[in-house]
Amino acid sequence: MADVAIPRAKPQMSEDNAWTQLKHNRNWLGFWFMVPAMAFLIFFLAYPLGLGIWLSFTDTRIGRVGHFVATENYEWLWDDSIFWLSVFNTLLYTFVASALKFAIGLYLALLLNENMPFKAMLRAMVLIPFIVPTVLSALAFWWIFDSQFSIISWSLKHLGVINQNINFLGDTTWARICVIFANIWRGVPFVAITLLAGLQTVSPSLYEAATLDGATRWQNFRFITYPLLTPIIAVVMTFSVLFTFTDFQLIWAMTRGGPVNATHLMATLSYQRAIIAGQLGEGAAISSAMIPFLLAAIMVSWFGLQRRKWQQGENND
Amino acid sequence: MTDLPASKVDLKAVISAPARVDNSEGMSYLQSVPRRMVTLYLPLAIIVVVLLFPFYWMALTSVKPDDQLLDLDRFNPFWTWNPTFKHFHKLLFESYYPYWLWNTMYVAVCATVLSIIASVLAAYAIVRLRYKGANLVGGLIFLAYLVPPSILFIPLATVVFQYGLFDSPLALILTYPTILIPFSTWLLMGYFKTIPFELEECALIDGASRWQILIKIVLPLAIPGLISAFIFCFTLCWNEFIYALTFLQSTSNKTVPVAIVNEFVDGDIYRWGSLMAGALAGSLPLVILYAFFVEHYVSAMTGAVKE
Repeated sequence: MADVAIPRAKPQMSEDNAWTQLKHNRNWLGFWFMVPAMAFLIFFLAYPLGLGIWLSFTDTRIGRVGHFVATENYEWLWDDSIFWLSVFNTLLYTFVASALKFAIGLYLALLLNENMPFKAMLRAMVLIPFIVPTVLSALAFWWIFDSQFSIISWSLKHLGVINQNINFLGDTTWARICVIFANIWRGVPFVAITLLAGLQTVSPSLYEAATLDGATRWQNFRFITYPLLTPIIAVVMTFSVLFTFTDFQLIWAMTRGGPVNATHLMATLSYQRAIIAGQLGEGAAISSAMIPFLLAAIMVSWFGLQRRKWQQGENND
Repeated sequence: MTDLPASKVDLKAVISAPARVDNSEGMSYLQSVPRRMVTLYLPLAIIVVVLLFPFYWMALTSVKPDDQLLDLDRFNPFWTWNPTFKHFHKLLFESYYPYWLWNTMYVAVCATVLSIIASVLAAYAIVRLRYKGANLVGGLIFLAYLVPPSILFIPLATVVFQYGLFDSPLALILTYPTILIPFSTWLLMGYFKTIPFELEECALIDGASRWQILIKIVLPLAIPGLISAFIFCFTLCWNEFIYALTFLQSTSNKTVPVAIVNEFVDGDIYRWGSLMAGALAGSLPLVILYAFFVEHYVSAMTGAVKE
C-alpha cells in the first residue's frame, strides 16, 4: 500500500508547489489581509494629510485650482492678529481644560474606586456625558447659558447673589469660561473611567501594608497610587490634550468663535477661512500649523509608553 | 488614621475580611460613617448632579409647554406639571428629523461594518501572521489614531469633490473608517493576543487554511471584543461632526448633529422646545445602546488606552 501512495502524492506536491508555498507565505498572506485597512488609511488619511500640507503652500479657493505661492499664506497668518488670538485661545483652552479634566477626573476615579452601594450604576451614569454626541450636549449648554433665560442666572438671582442676568456667551471672559466648562464636563468621564480601570489593577494589599506601616491617606496616594498610575495617566492625558487641542464641534455649536473671536480655536478658524470664506489655501495653512503641537503630544505619549515597559520590568524591544 | 475603630462590629469585619475575596469592604472600615459622608458621598453627589443636570434640563425643556419655557417668574423652572409632546410631534411630523435619524443610522452602520471587517483582517495579520514589518505597520496605525479630523477636513473636502462624492452619504461612509480603523485595529489586536496559539496550531495541523482559522476559531473567541469595537465605532460615527458639516449640503441628506445645529436655529427665534427635543431624540438611541452594553463599552475605552 505504501508504494502506491507515495507516487500518487508526489506529482500533486510538485504540481501546486509554488501556489501552496505562496498560500502559506506569511508576507504574501499578510499583504492581502492588510489591503482593506491600508486602502482606507492611504486614500483618506495619508494622502489628504500630504495634500493638506501642499494646499497650505498654494492659493487654492473653492472652485479654482491654486498655484504654488511658497510661504505666502504663512506670511499672511504671521501678521494676522486674529490667527494669533486663535492660537492663544487654543493654548489657553487646551491647558486649562486638560489640567482641570485631569484633576477632577483623577479625584472622581478615586471616589468611584471606594466601596459603596450602587457602585456599578454610579459608574454607568458617570459615563453618560461621554456617550451623548458632543453637539447635542453643547446645545443643552447653549440653552443653559442663554443670555436671558439661563437657569443659572435665574437660580443665582433667587439666591440673591446677582441682580442682573449674566451674559454668559456674549461676554468674552464668560464665553471662554463657559466653553472650557462644557469641555471639562464632557471630558471628565473619559479620564475618570480610564483612570479607574488603572486603579483597579493596583493590589489592595499594598495599601494595607502601607497603612500598617503608618502611612497617611495622602502618602498612600503619593507613593503607591500615583507611581503605579503614571503610565496610564501619560496615555490618557496625551489623548485628552490631543482632542482638546483640535476641538471643533463644541465651539461651533455654542459660540461659532464669537464674541469678537474670543473663543475661536485654530480648528474653527480654519473652517471659517477655508469652507465659509472659500480660502482653502489659507485654511490649510492654519490647520497645518497645528501639526507641530500634535507631534509634541505624540512624543509625550511615546515616552510615557517607554516608561511603562521599564516599570513593569519587561524587555525594552 | 486617627479614628481607628473600637466597636465590636468593626472587629468582626477585621476578622472576617481576609476570608472574603472580592467586594470586601477592604480598608473602608477604617473610616467612620460621618467622615465617609463628607469625603466620599458629598463630593460624589455634587459631581454626578453636575454631570447629569444638562440631560435633565434637556428632557424637561423638551416637554414644557411654550408659555412656561420663557416665563421663569410665574412658573418654577425646575419642574412642569403639564408636560406636552407637542415638540416631539412637530419634530417627527413637520420636519426632516426622521430622515436625519435614518441618515445618521445608515452612515454609522455602514461605516462601522466596513471598518470592523478591515480591522479584523488587519489586526489578525499584525498579531498572528507576523509578516515582515508587522510591528512597524502596527505603530503606523497607532499614529493614524492620533491624526485628528480637524486637520484633515480641508484636503478631504477637495478629495471628496474630485471623486464626485460631495453631498452623498457615501462620502461619510468612506471617510469615517479613517477614524474608526486605527482604534478598532488596536482594540482587536489586544483581544487576538489573548487567544492561545495552540488552538491555531491544532487547526493548522488538521489542514485548516488561515481564512478558516480566522472565521471558525479566532472570531468566535473574540466576540466580546467585536461587540466592544462595534459599539464604540457606532458611537464615534454618531458623534462625528466636522466631516458631516463639510461634506453634506442638502437638508434631507444631513446627519442629526449637523442638521440640528444648522436647520433648527433660524434667525433670532430660538425654538428651544423643539431644539431640545431634537437633541434628546438624537441622544436616546446611543444611551439605550449604552445601557445594554455598559461593560463592553468600558472595556473598549480602557482597552484602547491600555494597548
